Parts: sequence; C-alpha cells; structure tokens
Amino acid sequence: MSLHWYLVVSALIFCIGAGGVLTRRNPLVILLCLELMLNAANLALVAFARAHGDMGGQMFALMVMVVAACEVAVGLGLVVALYRRRLPIDVDELRELQG
Amino acid sequence: MSLTTYGWLVLIFPLAGAVLIGLTFKALPQRVHGAIGTLAIFLSFLSALAMFFELDDRQVVSVAWDYASTVGIDAQLAILVDPLSTLMCLVVAGVSTLIHLYSVAYMGGDRGYSRFFAYLNFFVFSMLLLVLAANFFLLIVGWAFVGAASYLLISFWYRRTTATSAGIKAFVINVLGDVGLMLGTYFVFKGTGTLDFLRTFETVGTSFTENQPELVAGCILLLVGAFAKSAQVPLHTWLPDAMEGPTPVSALIHAATMVTAGVYLIARLHPLFEHAPDAAAVGSIIGCATLLIAATIGLTVTDLKRVIAYSTMSQIGYMIMAVSSAVYAAGMFHLMTHAFFKALLFMAAGSVISAMGGVQDLDKMGGFRKVMPFTFACMVIGGLALAGIPPFAGFFSKDEILSYMLDRGGWYVVMVVLGYLGAFLTAIYTFRMIFRAFFGPMSPEAEELSHGHLYHAPEPTNPATGEVEDTDVGFPGPEHHIAERAGAMKVAMGALAVLAIVGGFLQIPGITSALHDFLEPTFHGSRAYEEIHPSAGAEWLGLAIGAAIGLAGIFVAWRIYGKGGNAAAIQERFSGLHRFFVNKWYFDEAIDFLIVRPAAWLGRFANSTFERVFVNGALVGGSTGAVRVLSAAVRGIQSGYLRYYAALLLVGLTGLGAYFLISA
Amino acid sequence: MAEVFFFLAAIGAVAGAAGTVMLRDAFYSVLALVCHLIFLAMLFLLLRAEFVAAAQVIVYAGAVMVLYVFVVSYVGGMQAGLRGPAGRGIRIVSVLFAFALFVELTIALVGSGLAALGTEGADYQAGFGEPATVGQLFLTDYLVAFEVASLLLLIAAVGAVILARRRTGTPTAREISVTEIMGRRSLTEADETQATMLGQGGPRPK
Repeated sequence: MSLHWYLVVSALIFCIGAGGVLTRRNPLVILLCLELMLNAANLALVAFARAHGDMGGQMFALMVMVVAACEVAVGLGLVVALYRRRLPIDVDELRELQG
Repeated sequence: MSLTTYGWLVLIFPLAGAVLIGLTFKALPQRVHGAIGTLAIFLSFLSALAMFFELDDRQVVSVAWDYASTVGIDAQLAILVDPLSTLMCLVVAGVSTLIHLYSVAYMGGDRGYSRFFAYLNFFVFSMLLLVLAANFFLLIVGWAFVGAASYLLISFWYRRTTATSAGIKAFVINVLGDVGLMLGTYFVFKGTGTLDFLRTFETVGTSFTENQPELVAGCILLLVGAFAKSAQVPLHTWLPDAMEGPTPVSALIHAATMVTAGVYLIARLHPLFEHAPDAAAVGSIIGCATLLIAATIGLTVTDLKRVIAYSTMSQIGYMIMAVSSAVYAAGMFHLMTHAFFKALLFMAAGSVISAMGGVQDLDKMGGFRKVMPFTFACMVIGGLALAGIPPFAGFFSKDEILSYMLDRGGWYVVMVVLGYLGAFLTAIYTFRMIFRAFFGPMSPEAEELSHGHLYHAPEPTNPATGEVEDTDVGFPGPEHHIAERAGAMKVAMGALAVLAIVGGFLQIPGITSALHDFLEPTFHGSRAYEEIHPSAGAEWLGLAIGAAIGLAGIFVAWRIYGKGGNAAAIQERFSGLHRFFVNKWYFDEAIDFLIVRPAAWLGRFANSTFERVFVNGALVGGSTGAVRVLSAAVRGIQSGYLRYYAALLLVGLTGLGAYFLISA
Repeated sequence: MAEVFFFLAAIGAVAGAAGTVMLRDAFYSVLALVCHLIFLAMLFLLLRAEFVAAAQVIVYAGAVMVLYVFVVSYVGGMQAGLRGPAGRGIRIVSVLFAFALFVELTIALVGSGLAALGTEGADYQAGFGEPATVGQLFLTDYLVAFEVASLLLLIAAVGAVILARRRTGTPTAREISVTEIMGRRSLTEADETQATMLGQGGPRPK
C-alpha cells in the first residue's frame, strides 16, 4: 500500500479535528477534537516509520500518546474545576481574559 | 613636610571638618561640633602659616589628579601656592577661625547649631579652594561652591520666608556671575589653549594682541563674575538682603571672604587685564561708581547690619578700583585690613542686636555706650579703622590705594577725587551708626541691660516683617548672647580689634613695604607693579588728606547725629534725595521692571501657549492618542473567545503552508 | 488484501472523526472517538506497528477514553447548538480554512514534494514494531525521552488532582464562584444554575 494514502488519511483526520476545535463550544468536545489531531499526527509518524524502516517514528508516536494522556488529565481536571464552581461549560462564555 | 603638602592640608582640614560634623550630626552633642568646626579651621590656619614660612618667594603648582585623559583639555586637580594665594589663605583661615570662635558662643541655643558649623566649614573649604586653584577649572568649581555655601548660610533660618527669598536672590545673581566667569574662561581658553594659570599668563602676550576684542570680551565677562560675587553695581542687590543670615555669616562671607573673591580674581588674572586695558578700565569705573553709590545709601538706611553691608560694598569698590587700576599690593593690603575691621564691626553689631532682642533697627537703638563697654570699644575701633583715622589699619591701606592711583595720573585722578569723597561719606555713615546706637537717650532694652537683665521679646518675631515665629529649628534660637557675657565672643573680637589697630603697620610708606615685597613673585612681570610707585612724601600727603577727610566726616556726623543734632531737619530739607537713597537708588525696582517681569511674562506665555497647545496637545496628547487608538485596535483581537484564537492559529498555519507550497 | 483492510480502516477512522466533530451530545462524541481509535489501531497494525496499536487500544481507548466517559457523565454538556455569541462568521471561516489546509496538505503529499518517498516502504526487518524492540529502544536510544515522559506523567497526575479537588475550609458549604467574586454576570440568563447539571435535574451539590 502506497504511503501516500496513509498520509492523506492523516491529513484528513487532522483537518477534521481542526475544524472541530474551532466549531464546537463544549470544552470537552474541543479536547476530543484535539485528541483527533494528535492521533492524526501519530498516524503520520507511524507511516513514516514504516517508510524508512526506522523505529524512531513509533517511539515518537508512543511519546505523543503519553503527552496526550497527560494533557487530557489536566484538561479534564480544569473542566471539572469549572463545573464545581458553577461556571458555564461553554468556551464562548468563559471570556474574561480579554483586552 | 613640603610646601605643597601644607597647601593640600589647608584644603583638607575644613573639608574634613564639614564631613565629620555632617556624619556625626546626631551622634555627638552640639558643643563638640562647634569645637570640631573651630579646630578644623584653626588647623587650616596653622597649615597656612606653615605655608607662609616655607614659601621662599616661589610659585609652586602641585597636581593631585589630571583629568586631561577624560576631558581632553588640561584640566587638573591642582593648587598653586604662591604669595598671593598664601596671603589669601592666611586672611581667610585666620579670620574664619576667629569667627568660628565667635559663633561657638553666639549661635548657642540655636537648634541648627551643628548644621551651622558644617556649612561654615564647607564654606571655608570652598573659599580656600577658590584661592588655591591653579587653573580656571578649579577656580570655577570653588566659585560655584562658595555661591552654594552662601545660599545655604543666608537661608540658614529656613523657615523665615525673608531669609529664603534672600538666599535665592543671592544665588541667582551669583549664578549669573558664574555664567560670566565660564564664558570669560572660554574666551581666554580659546586664545591661549590652556586652562592653567601660569601657562595662560605666559602665553597671553603671544596669543592675543593688545586690547584684542576677544580678550577684552573675555575679561569683561570675567569681570561680570567678579562683580556678582563682590556685589558691585549692578549685580549688588543681593548683598543687603543677605543680611538675613546670622551675624557670623555676615561677618565671614559678606565682609571678609566671599565678597573679596572678585578682588582676588582680578589680582590673580592681572596679566589678562594688563593686556586688555579697556576691560580694566571698566573694572575701575564700576568700582568707583559702586563705592559712591553704596556710601550714599549707607547714609540713609536704618537697619544696622545693612549699613555695614553697604559699607562693605563701598570698600570692595575701593579694592576693585585698585586692582583694576593695577594697584595690586595696596588693593590686597586693603582687603586684609578690611577683613579685620569689617568682621569686627559685624561681630560688635551682632552683640548689639542680641542686646536688642533680635531687633536691628537703628531708630530703636540708643545709649548702649555705658551698658556694653566692650562692644562699644570694638565698634569704635572698627569704625575708626574704617574711616581711616591713624594709627588704625584702614588709615594705611585705604589712602595708599588713592595715592598710588594718583601716581598713575591721567583720568585716574578723577577717580581719586571721587575716592576721597567716598571716604568722607564713609566716615559720616560709620559714625552715624555709632552715634545712633551707642549715644543718645537709652532705649528700653539698654535700660533693662543696665539693670543687669538681657532683654528678651515676649514672643519671637521676624525683625523685618514682624511675623510671629518660634524658636525651633529653622528659626533663631531663644538665647541672645552679648560680648560682655560670652568669653568666646570677647576673645574673637579682642583679637580682631588688636589686628585692626596694628594691621596697618605692614605697609608704612617710606619705612616698610612688607606686603609689596611679599607679593612681588606673583606680580613680577607686571609693568605697573614696578613702575607705579609714588614717593614716600606723596604717599604721606595722600594719607594725611585721607585722615583729615575722615576726621571731618566724624565731625559732621557728630554735628548731625550726636547730642543736639539736627538729623530730622536735614532729612526734611533733602527729602527727595533721602528717599532716593533710602530706596537704594531704585536698583531693585529697575531690575524687577527690566528683567524679572519680562521673564515672568515669558514663563506665563510659554506655559499657556507653548506648553498647553503644543507640548500637551500635539506632542503628548497626540502620541498618547495615537497609542490609544492603535492599542484599541490591537485589543480587538483579544476577544476572549477561545475559538477566535484557535482560528487565528489555523489561519496562520494555512497561510504558512501555502507560502511554502508556492515557494517550493 | 491489505488494500481492503486499509480502506475499511480508513473509512472507519474518518467516519469516527466526523462523528466526533458533528454529533451534538458530548457522550456520543466520546463514543465516536473510541470507534475512531479502534480503527486507527487497525491502521497501525497494517503499518506493522504492533506495539503501538496495542498501546493505542489499551491505553488510549482503554484508559484515556474511560476517563473522558467519566468526566462527560459528571459534567454533561448541554449544548445550545452551534449558534452563540461568537457568531456564524467564525464557523464559516474555520470550516473554510480547515478545508484549505487539507487541500494544501494533500497537494504537498501527493504532489511532487514527496516524490523521493518510496511507495512501498522500506524492507522488512526482523523485530520491526515488536514490543521487544520497543522496550530495548526505550532503554537505550530513547532513555531520556522515556524518563522525561514518566516525569511528565507524574506532574500531570499531581496537577490534575490539585486542579479538581474540592476546596476545603470555605465559610459556606457552597463553592464560591469566581464569577461572583469578580462581580460580573457573564451569562445572559438570570439563573446561572441552568448552565449546570442542576438545571437539568442532576444531583444537587452539597
């Protein structure tokens, strides 16, 4: 299977994720879409690893997964904290950091 | 120790005294500060004495630091030890020691006692720096410091508005003189290329032609500096107001030392003035004018210290006239004797003012002769010396100037005649002062003193305006000290009285010319110094005329102001003239009209038009407005929406990708 | 054969991604993402990254997504739809630029940019993608990354606990709202509890 296809799929998933980040208002869903983008990157990395025969891509992909897990933990912690303080769970409402 | 070491010690002791007093301001008691101050100046005087004994008719320059590498011109931290500076150091340090001693007793009870001694020491340091400077650079530094010290001391009682205004006035006029001094230095430097005195004197003949406009301009600017410092017309208006300072300050700064700085300047820079006779002529004329104007004003003012101040102005006029007319030795001689008897007069005046409870008005004084004998004796000695009665000091010095000038001939003769007229007026106003204060019916304060009780006002007031004060720091202290009761004051005044009596014997015509010979190394090469020399007979004639005029003046004063005098009637007859003199020839009003008002108008105009419209409006307002608009625009991007930011990221990423795609 | 599996997995992954983005309910989005992750694991297997695929399923789909499920259950996610104060403009712009980005990337990938890439991939080496190889590499060539990753996980865990804990010692049992402290009303509705689970009849906070 030609490598191009995997990369195109990766690009497609990345752009879908990007669109989702921009369009959704629920922070949880935004984080999910962020996961999509990270997974797309993982796919690209693993594809290139296969292409070059270099395991480095897969190691990198594992690292990305670790980072994604950490980011999810912290991000969800923030959302829970928001919920606890009765703040609206809507990124359009949480806009106090403005000029 | 070598000669130049003594020279540096002369400078270091007062500076160390000032710094020490300043650092231990709260730590040590007041008396100790008084002792430190006096001791510092006394040590300085001893060093000056050592300098005198080691001098051996030399002119030695000692360099401590060379600034040339940073500044690019030959500016050096250097002192010049030669007869002229040694003489000045001796006079300054000697008289200062006595005045410090006087102040130890006189300023007792004042809350600012320690500050006073620190300032006095600083002043003495500055004055010594000025006279010991070996180049224009240090001269200007010393000049400026002296002005600053004068300001600090005039406004010593800083909560009195009259005192602070007087201090500012003195400082502003002094700064005007500083500017003149610096510009004059520039002109001279441009021609000779060196700041050092000795090198300048060597090259002035070759760098400038006789009466070359640049040299004349430079010398006249230097004269402006001298006139401001020495209170000559028209820059004299600060001196009478400077009497707001405590009496020791008046004695030291405005009689003996600071105001003589101008005389010293002209004497020191005599080669320049000899090569620019036009400038020297200006100096002579102004000196002569001042001596007459001040004498006429002194006839009419009623404040005791101001009479003595105008007397100072007049006598400095003599000195300026002398040194501008190349009569150097006599001028410096008069400087020395004047320091003695003028300081003595001020000290005695301080004693009288203390007895009056702070009041300085001659009209309110009377009859102190019997109750304050010591003060009276000192005042009379000083007055006789000032009037030029033999054998007191003034007799020898003042009339020597006039006889030397007469020997010069030409149009100087006119000034000699005016000088004798001035001497006549001097005798009159001096003894007017003495007769008013010490003779006549006893004032209430004198009555109290005769019962052994020193008068104290029920509540302290400003003698000039009558405002009520208190005796805390910033105002005079509650105690008043008179010479009869304070030992330190007696010693100081006694020493000066002795000097006023015997000081003149340094230069008895035909018998000794000690000062003239002593100063020879400084002035050698000056044609005038060698050539102008009246015969002993001519000198004695001049002295005799002076003595006669002085006695005549005393007699006139006795007739008018003594017992059964018709002072009031004369004042009536010459009321217009009297008014003119009492208002100080309207100099203050003229300066206010010509200079102060236009300056104030300019300031108001600048504020209302230029400042408000242009600076505040266009520059400040415009720039802030522009920034505000721009930042408002930028702030729009910070909407707070997370999605906006993410969108910006994506747009940027897309743009970057497009760029790389296209460029590939 | 590989092509069939590839297309299956690819279509599934894209479908899952689309579902994540477009489904209204947050819970359904999570489930869609789980699907997506499984299909992605299939793609990894096709690329001979066995360990990565296994990690994807166990760690990502198994642990991380479970965390998501818990939080989404707790928080909920009432969505007022795509309309909101940010406006329609942002939606159109973002979709447009996402599409533009995709186009660019495709051009870059399929076009001349990557011509140097061999289409079939490198020769097969023994142990490529096996856990043993991964483990060995982690402990030799990528040791620093390994250690730093563990440190990162520790920090993230601690951070998450601190962020989400209940504040003890408040004067009232009720949590203090930052909005109240700031004194601003950021909601258009008068009743702010509508935005929380309370408004939906969920459990009351203590």
